[in-house]
Amino acid sequence: MSASEKTKRPVRWHIAVFLAPAVLVYTAIMILPLFGTLQLSLFREVDQQQVFVGFDNFRILFGDPRWSDSFWNALFNNTWFFIIHMLVQNPLGILFAALLSSPKLRFSVFYRTAIFVPTILSFVIVGFAWKLILSPLWGIAPDMLSAVGLKSLFAPWLGKTEYALTTLSLISVWQFIGIPMMLIYAALLSIPDEVLEAAECDGITGMSQFWKIKLPLILPSIGIISILTFVGNFNAFDLIYTTQGALAGPNYATDILGTFLYRTFFGFQLQVGDPNMGSTIASVMFLIILAGVSIYLFGIQTRLRRYQF
Amino acid sequence: MAKATHSVSRSLAAHAILAAYTVIALFPVVVIIINSFKSRKAIFRSPLSLPDEETFSLIGYETVLAQGDFFLYFQNSLIVTVASLFFVLLFGAMAAFALSEYRFRGNSLMGLYLALGIMIPIRLGTVAILKLMVASELVNTLTALILVYTAQGLPLAIFILSEFMRQLSADLKDAGRIDGLSEYRIFLRLVLPLVRPAMATVAVFTMIPIWNDLWFPLILASAEETKTITLGAQVFIGQFVTNWNAVLSALSLAILPVLVLYVIFSRQLIRGITAGAVK
Repeated sequence: MSASEKTKRPVRWHIAVFLAPAVLVYTAIMILPLFGTLQLSLFREVDQQQVFVGFDNFRILFGDPRWSDSFWNALFNNTWFFIIHMLVQNPLGILFAALLSSPKLRFSVFYRTAIFVPTILSFVIVGFAWKLILSPLWGIAPDMLSAVGLKSLFAPWLGKTEYALTTLSLISVWQFIGIPMMLIYAALLSIPDEVLEAAECDGITGMSQFWKIKLPLILPSIGIISILTFVGNFNAFDLIYTTQGALAGPNYATDILGTFLYRTFFGFQLQVGDPNMGSTIASVMFLIILAGVSIYLFGIQTRLRRYQF
Repeated sequence: MAKATHSVSRSLAAHAILAAYTVIALFPVVVIIINSFKSRKAIFRSPLSLPDEETFSLIGYETVLAQGDFFLYFQNSLIVTVASLFFVLLFGAMAAFALSEYRFRGNSLMGLYLALGIMIPIRLGTVAILKLMVASELVNTLTALILVYTAQGLPLAIFILSEFMRQLSADLKDAGRIDGLSEYRIFLRLVLPLVRPAMATVAVFTMIPIWNDLWFPLILASAEETKTITLGAQVFIGQFVTNWNAVLSALSLAILPVLVLYVIFSRQLIRGITAGAVK
């Protein structure tokens, strides 16, 4: 009844007052700069003048060997970074959540907090701690492996081109596993008891209860987690920057789009910063993320059945 | 009986898996903290043992605190985080209230517009944000960071809070209107106190990335007097790369505050997520 009453009032200023601060800040600091970046990618600086060049910067990024080698390398690495997260982080997160949500499990608050702790740490701490542990010099990892007679397994995982990226992905998984765990945990808790009791009456218990009843019910949450992982991974920067530096060593083996963008925009050592190419890379990242999100929204989410209790 | 033993072995297995991973999760943190209390020799000789009478040393903390800037960095981080959090929660709740309470033309379009930012990271606009901040002479001020983080936090805050506000009963608000409360008072007196659990969820998810962010402080506020603790610790590690005591103490000091903040909010966190939008 309030709605129909309100529509008769002439101007409801309070709606504007409630919306204005958020919309203004969000538009000015987020949306406009995003379009500003897209726009910058279409220009190039010639004699200190911005000249419109259309999609030329993109052509250079994809085609000119000086740029494209780095770009495809970064894109490939970023994809691998994402694949490791999907294969390791999310299944493990679901497993932990499933274990934590079983009724009458003791110490569950303790486990939950402990597993979530790395998520709240800054990348500076995470990067440095793992550098220390894996360092052949400081040597906690070599010592621990030799204590169990596996010293031969040790390698400078962060220093070798063939292992570095996978090692960093696993460190990132270690850091962020708390998020899928929490979200799935919450989703499992919100399954009503009646549904589970009905399943038990039908003799579906234990593992088969998880696969047949709970998993289908938490599929939308798994979808959300996957898309959050995708966006987070294709926007990652800090971990690589703090452990391997802006050069994403060894020999660019850990270069992802974020570090590539940073180097291009701000320059490093002998390379001069280039805002226009930086914007071009940011625009490509924007398009990749937009494509991923659209595929999720229109391709996957609409097909997931949502259950209302 | 068979079922009982079965469930005992199942719960033992569950404990084994969770405890094993807990060790992995906490190991690096524990290593850093215990070694920050040890003398330099002991760090290298036995990095995994607890400090005892012989090896206990506070030399690292003394070095860090004598350096002095740490308090300034800490203060900067606190100001930026608290101010951004305040604006995100206030502006976010206001917008969420407007979207969930009133029917007006363009309501769902506005909701979609504000939700875009959940998926698209604000970092991609960095190039233009820097230009904007240079033009408005906000580079190397904390204001620049607060503005950016407020914008960054708003979409998720509005999304979660409006889902919550939709669940509130209309009777209470209508009773307030009959008693002659203005819309602003209904928002402040009736609605805000009721969505407190959701506010805690939003607070945790907003606060952690702000406190830990390296990207924007590096780009927008890298001057000595505006460094945040994350950036400060990063620089500090570079400076003292051979002084393990100082580095480990600096890291321990950087871990503490965010741990405390998390513990304060964590109780509400699960409740917030469970009742919230991400079902």
